[in-house]
Amino acid sequence: MPGPLADQTGCMKHKTFFWFILPTSLAMLLFIALPIVSVVMQSMYAPHEQVIVEVESCDIFGCKKSTMVDQDATREIREAEPLGRFVGTEIYTNRNHLATTEIGLAWQQATGFSEFVSALMNLPFYRALAFTLTFTFVVTPLVLILGFMIAVAVNSIPAPLRGPTIFLSLLPMIINTLVGSLILFWMVDARGIVGTLLQTLVGDPNLSMKASTPLTWVMLIVYGVWHAAPFAFVVYYAGLQTVPKDTLESAMMDGASRWEQIRYVIIPHLLPLTTFIALMQLMDNFRVFEPILSFNASAHATSLSYFIYDDLGGETRLLSSAAATSVLTIIGVAILLTPVLIRTWRDFGRK
Amino acid sequence: MNAILRSAVVSALMIAGSTTVYANCGISSGRVSIVGNEFPAIQTVAKGAMDCAGEGIEVKSNLTADHQKINVAGLQGNPAEYTSAIIANSSIVALMNEDVIRPLDDLVAKHGADIPKNQLITINGKVMAVAFMANAQHLTYRKDVLAELGIETPKSYEDMLAAAEKIRAAGKSEFPIGGAYKAGWNLAQEFVNMYIGHGGQFYKEGTAEPALNNDSGIAALNMMKELSAYMNPDYLTHDSNATGAEMEAGNVIMMNMWGSRVGKLQDDEGAPAEIASNIEVSGPLMVGDSGTPATTLWWDGWTVAKNISDADAEATFLAMKNGISPGILNDETMGQAVWMIEGYTPAPVNQGVFDSISSGAVAYPMLPYHGLMHTALGNELADFLTGKEDAAKTLADVEAAYATAAKEKGFLN
Repeated sequence: MPGPLADQTGCMKHKTFFWFILPTSLAMLLFIALPIVSVVMQSMYAPHEQVIVEVESCDIFGCKKSTMVDQDATREIREAEPLGRFVGTEIYTNRNHLATTEIGLAWQQATGFSEFVSALMNLPFYRALAFTLTFTFVVTPLVLILGFMIAVAVNSIPAPLRGPTIFLSLLPMIINTLVGSLILFWMVDARGIVGTLLQTLVGDPNLSMKASTPLTWVMLIVYGVWHAAPFAFVVYYAGLQTVPKDTLESAMMDGASRWEQIRYVIIPHLLPLTTFIALMQLMDNFRVFEPILSFNASAHATSLSYFIYDDLGGETRLLSSAAATSVLTIIGVAILLTPVLIRTWRDFGRK
Repeated sequence: MNAILRSAVVSALMIAGSTTVYANCGISSGRVSIVGNEFPAIQTVAKGAMDCAGEGIEVKSNLTADHQKINVAGLQGNPAEYTSAIIANSSIVALMNEDVIRPLDDLVAKHGADIPKNQLITINGKVMAVAFMANAQHLTYRKDVLAELGIETPKSYEDMLAAAEKIRAAGKSEFPIGGAYKAGWNLAQEFVNMYIGHGGQFYKEGTAEPALNNDSGIAALNMMKELSAYMNPDYLTHDSNATGAEMEAGNVIMMNMWGSRVGKLQDDEGAPAEIASNIEVSGPLMVGDSGTPATTLWWDGWTVAKNISDADAEATFLAMKNGISPGILNDETMGQAVWMIEGYTPAPVNQGVFDSISSGAVAYPMLPYHGLMHTALGNELADFLTGKEDAAKTLADVEAAYATAAKEKGFLN
């Protein structure tokens, strides 16, 4: 329902609107648009070709022949072209990113589809993308469902108990991601409480969640749901307070069961909130990162964000590679959000 | 302001002014800011440098395991945030590549006459760092368990496998070998050791072209896989902190461990006395028949940032020199490392590192592009250990990932 402010926007003077929106636009330009431009630039330039000289290096273990970068020679090249060497889309198409050549080869050589897929999964970018997408599309719906179920459950318990229950339900979100995943990491350790329990249940003393790729994925997804469900819960719980009482009562008079009330009254009423949570969760889950770090899971699962972190965290930083992955991530987020945004736009237009 | 108050203020200012005394480092003023790794020996050095703090002399330190993620950025600004980075022979390369550290020849000439020559790390004729300790990975084991089962101290990884089988068969431990095989830096480091032990070369002679997809590389990977059968199944998540904890808990009987970390295992924290007192060190392990031990030699040292004023550089040099002066050695700090400092008397715990040096082990490669190789190894090797692909395919992937990164960085065409 349009509020009083929305009523006025139609006749809000252009000048007023301009001043109203100016601070936001400036902030967006400064903190969103400019960094994106800078990242795109960075991804198309690579460091100059290094001038390597052979030198003698002496340390406490003796002297030997070694090589180093000739800084004087490099400085001249750098000053002539401070941005680096223009490589266009070379970084995007190289093996560590979209790997166009390698994919072409794999397509020609593969004898079957599964062989092609395994060749694809051997390339670091696609491996990261596969986990990122799986995580996003499994965690997001589970968070929505679980959050909704908790909200309905909490809403129907006696009022005095609600406060403490809400507090407890929010704990997973309050705990810092790194700390939360570290707790789970120790619990599922081969010598941890959950790890040992699983070994006993399955009857295999060598079972290790951290040593198995599928189990690692399951563990990360469970963590993702555990961490984000409270967010969906809080939003849905707030939404439940706005469900019109008379509609519910008339539904009850018409003999609607509790399930039918939820199905035909509550869920349609909360649909805009679902769009909102889905939007937030798609964005959040697409940049999954901290659990992979805390779980030391990189042998089994990497994500696009982890990929960027890895490029920036090595002894030799790969700035252009990190920039290219960032641009690809931005494109991924845009693609992911398009359907939801189109839907929102249509809903808005209908009103 | 009345006269009494005024004179009080004036005299207070005079007192403050007259207390510009110096710690015994010979620094009159300047800013010293240290970034470095976090382990006991480095904490001791940083503390030694901090003792120089005083009126007009600010000395602070940021010691963290993540030091190499921040030191390049922290030295790149002008003026640089950090005036000194404590580095090892692998990490000095990143600082040299970015040209952020300063040659120390002038400062050594002015203030460093008493620093022994062999501590000066000289690259292309210029002093770039001052080393203060040596380090290496070597065998660390439980002497009581080996003695009880009549097993000789392993000299090679082949011996270690045989010993592990006996220990397992005797029911002493299901997973007797500790391996710091955490995917990433640690896993790559273990491969570097094992590949060098097999006599392997990483690059085609005189170039940055990778050349490790060969018999030595395959043998190295196969040995790592055989060892992993005797490791805690979670080994791909274990770094040397985790393997150390496993040894303290009595689960791990033998492992390849950093000399600088063994002291922590033998002290009275963490492990019960009957375990701690039985943890012993021995020399580096051999593998195959190359004659080169499967380990690398390391030094830790300090550098001075390039983008700082001469006064700050001088203050940093003097403070760091104080940090590695004989005065920092006492009963507590003596066993923390194999110090390159005068007055150092080796403790039994340091014997492993000395054995590594005397056994002909080679230093970790100090090449401008080797960091990229290490990263590629850390990312790709897990696929072999988890059984996703064979050794040759994994090594081909390492070469491809490295070559792509080296091309981006301008090391390869």
